[in-house]
Order: sequence, then C-alpha cells, then structure tokens
Amino acid sequence: MSDAAARPLLEIRGLKKSFGDVEVLKGVDLAVRPSEVVTIIGSSGSGKTTLLRCVNLLEEFQGGAIVLDGETIGYGEAGGRRRRLRDAELSRQRAMTGMVFQSFNLFPHLSALGNVMLGLRKVRRMAKDEARTLAADWLNRVGLGNRLDNVPSQLSGGQQQRVAIARALAMNPKLVLLDEITSALDPELVQEVLSVIRRIAADGATLLIVTHEMRFAREVSDRIVFMEKGRIAEEGPPSEIFGAARSARLAEFLRNSGH
Amino acid sequence: MDAFLAQLWIARWPLFDGFLLTIGISVAAIVLGTLVGAVVGISLVFAPKLARLPFVVYVDVMRGTPVLVLILAAFYIPAVLGLSLSATQAGVLALALFAGAHIGELLRGALQAIPPGQAEAGRAIGLTFPQLLAHVLLPQAVRMALPPWINTGVELIKGSSLLSMIGVGELLLRTQEVIGRNFMTIQFYVFAGLAYLLVNVVLDTIGRTIERRLGTR
Ligand SMILES: Nc1ncnc2c1ncn2[C@@H]1O[C@H](COP(=O)(O)OP(=O)(O)OP(=O)(O)O)[C@@H](O)[C@H]1O
Ligand SMILES: [Mg+2]
Repeated sequence: MSDAAARPLLEIRGLKKSFGDVEVLKGVDLAVRPSEVVTIIGSSGSGKTTLLRCVNLLEEFQGGAIVLDGETIGYGEAGGRRRRLRDAELSRQRAMTGMVFQSFNLFPHLSALGNVMLGLRKVRRMAKDEARTLAADWLNRVGLGNRLDNVPSQLSGGQQQRVAIARALAMNPKLVLLDEITSALDPELVQEVLSVIRRIAADGATLLIVTHEMRFAREVSDRIVFMEKGRIAEEGPPSEIFGAARSARLAEFLRNSGH
Repeated sequence: MDAFLAQLWIARWPLFDGFLLTIGISVAAIVLGTLVGAVVGISLVFAPKLARLPFVVYVDVMRGTPVLVLILAAFYIPAVLGLSLSATQAGVLALALFAGAHIGELLRGALQAIPPGQAEAGRAIGLTFPQLLAHVLLPQAVRMALPPWINTGVELIKGSSLLSMIGVGELLLRTQEVIGRNFMTIQFYVFAGLAYLLVNVVLDTIGRTIERRLGTR
C-alpha cells in the first residue's frame, strides 16, 4: 500500500526528442504522483506540447524513458537494441492515458454519444448498452446531457471541448493530458471548460496540464513546472512559482504572460 | 414511327438481354474496382514508401491508358499467357482495373484530406491502426469520396459499351446487330443512347440524394 502510494504514477527520465537535427527536448525529468495535478508553463516553442505527445506515444523519442504505472512505455529491447513497440502494444499503452487537444479533434461523423462510446466499445470492449450508459453519464457530468445526439458541427467550441473531455475521461485513464484546451475557445467559453477540469481534479484524477491560463494553473495545480528551451528550468508549488522568490527568466515569462 | 415500334417489338429480347448485360458488367466492374481501389487507396497513404511504389505505377499506367486499349489488352494478353478468359470476363477485368485505379486515387485524396488530428484523437483513445481505419478514417473518407465514386460508376456504364469491340453482347453490340437486320440506324442508336442516359440519370440522382443527406447530417 505505502509502496504503491509512494511510487510515482508517471516517471519521465532523461527524455530526449529531436525533430530531424533539432533537439526539442534535451533531457526532461519529471515525476507525477497519483492524483497529483501538475501544470507545465513556458514560452512558445519550449517543448510543452511535444512532451505531452511523447507521453501519449504520439511522437517517437530518441533518448530516456517514460514509465507509466510501473510499465516502461513506447520502447522495448530486442537483441540489446532499443525498439519502438508494435502497434497493438502502443495502442494498449495509449489507452492508459487520456488526451484532450487544443483543437478538440472530435470525430465529425459521430454524435457526442458516438464520440464517447467509440473507445469504450472498441478499446474497452464494453457491451453496447453499458457503453451507452457510461457515455451518457459522462456527457451529463460535463453538462451536455441534452446534447447526446448532436454531431460536433452542431455544438459550440466549448461544448465540443467538453465532449472531448468526456471522451477522454470515460475511458478511465490513469493519467489525463490536457494541452491548452481552452486556447481555441472564445473568451466567454473558457470558464465552462475550466470548471469541468476543476471538478475532475477535485475528484482525484491525475492531470498533466499545459496552459496559458495562469490564474487557473495557480488555483488547480499541486505543482507548477516551468519549461524553457526543452528543459525543465524550475518547478515547485504554485505559491513558490508565482511568489516572489523566482529566477529572472521565470519572472520575465510571467510578466510577459500578463501575470 | 410505327415501323420503328414494330421493329423494336421484334428486337425487344436481344436488346433487353444486352441492357441487362451492360448493367451486370458495370456492377461487377464497380464492385471489383472498389475492392481494388480500397487496397490501392489505403496503401498509397499508409504503406511504407517502397511498398507504395507498385501502386503508384499501377495508378499512373491505368490512368494514362485509353480504356479501349485496356480492354483489348485484357482480351489478347491472357490468351498469350495461356489463360483462357471469355470476352465478358476480359472486359470486366479491364473495366475493374480501370475503376480500381480511379477509385484508389480518389480514396487517397479523401484520406489525405482528413485533418491529422483525427488520427491522433483515435490513437489517443487507444484504437489500433485497423480500428482507426475502420471507425474514424474510412467513414470520413467514404463520405468525401462518394460523389466522385458515383461518377466512376457512370464512366463504367459508358465504358462498358466499348466491350462491343471484343464481341461482348452488351447493349451497344445488340443494337448494332438489330440495325444490321432492319437498317434503322438512327432510330436504334438514339434508342440505345436514351437507355444509357436513363441509367446514368438514375445513378446521378441517387448520388445527389446521398450527397444531400450526408451534407445535412
Ligand atoms: N512536427 C514537428 N516537426 C518539426 N518541428 C517541430 C514539430 N513539432 C514541434 N516542433 C518544434 O519543436 C519545438 C517545440 O514545439 P512544441 O509544440 O512542443 O512547443 P510548445 O511549448 O507546445 O509551444 P506553444 O506554447 O506554442 O504551444 C518548436 O521549436 C517547434 O517548432
Ligand atoms: Mg503547444
């Protein structure tokens, strides 16, 4: 018991990632404990999105390791050489994390219900009725109980993003990755999405968040990580990161992001 | 006019048989061509570079060759290779290969027009590649490709008339045979032309209806 509680749910060790010749992640170490909410901040191009995409195995990476719930993900060893795992393995490991994208990426040919049900049916292999009930339940929780049969084009941006959150959360992932999920929304729709995340955080989900909403980050996070040029430059509790004692670079970043 | 109707009555069964064969050939060709086209289209987008090459060559060759040449090739080449295909089989083969290239190409276009975020969202929930294809990518691609697919069907119906050149008794050849007996050249060609037109208008209407339905979803 104490062992499991002490063990981080996510452990990133020395993660290195290049696009061609350009090294974008230069050795990132980060651990996230169960039910912890960690927010990554940092200027544009610092590698925040790339880091999340590596954790969800949407990107390959060249060095380091990512361990999720005790399992090294993405790569294995064959004949002493590091090898990317096969499609079926990657899919299984991806299903352990949920991801919500900046651009929603809902399936346009499926209703809200269909979007949430697809993974439950095909990945979790639930019976249709069970999947439908669970999907409707999650859509209710994000305030869309009356929108089950609408296709994405009939929903506002905020509603679409809430469907995307339901789609990710209904899969009961161990870890949820949120990449600037309010950046594509009109200002008046931001809060409805953030309040859903607050509730999920309060319910004990483990969240790794990238956001430019500094006030939200401060209030919802247990820990803030400041990334700069592919490295973690600073990390600590919100009070510390947003408090007075901080490095010049972090101070400048926060000043530029209007904090 | 009476004389034409009298001749038409006499020729009704051969013409009807020819009409049915035209439809049959076209349906067989679109079904086979769609199967081929599905493999070609998916391979063009997702196969490793080297494995893609034969499909690229296939599409280019088929699209660069007149249909009549394909038909003649399908008729004469298998015989040289010791395969015995009937004229109808050879004709269906040629039309299916032609359709396969076109459908493969339009499926490729449709698949590539899907935003990359779709595949990423599918992968993020843990779909395997076949599941991603079946439940996320193909449903969207098929919707996009449906209007041009119907168009390919129309092309096949028209193209099937070329099989008269290798002696397949489809509508055009039957019409020519009837004309050979009664010399009512213009009347019977117009009649055959109207029959082709009718089928294509029906197909077109079906296509538009489906398109409209999908558009308002
Ligand atoms: N597919 C790609 N190919 C090449 N370079 C890429 C690719 N994706 C990202 N990069 C580069 O990697 C670096 C990190 O990008 P990333 O998207 O992770 O930054 P970010 O911190 O999320 O920035 P933002 O705040 O603007 O979203 C950038 O320099 C970017 O140009
Ligand atoms: Mg980003």
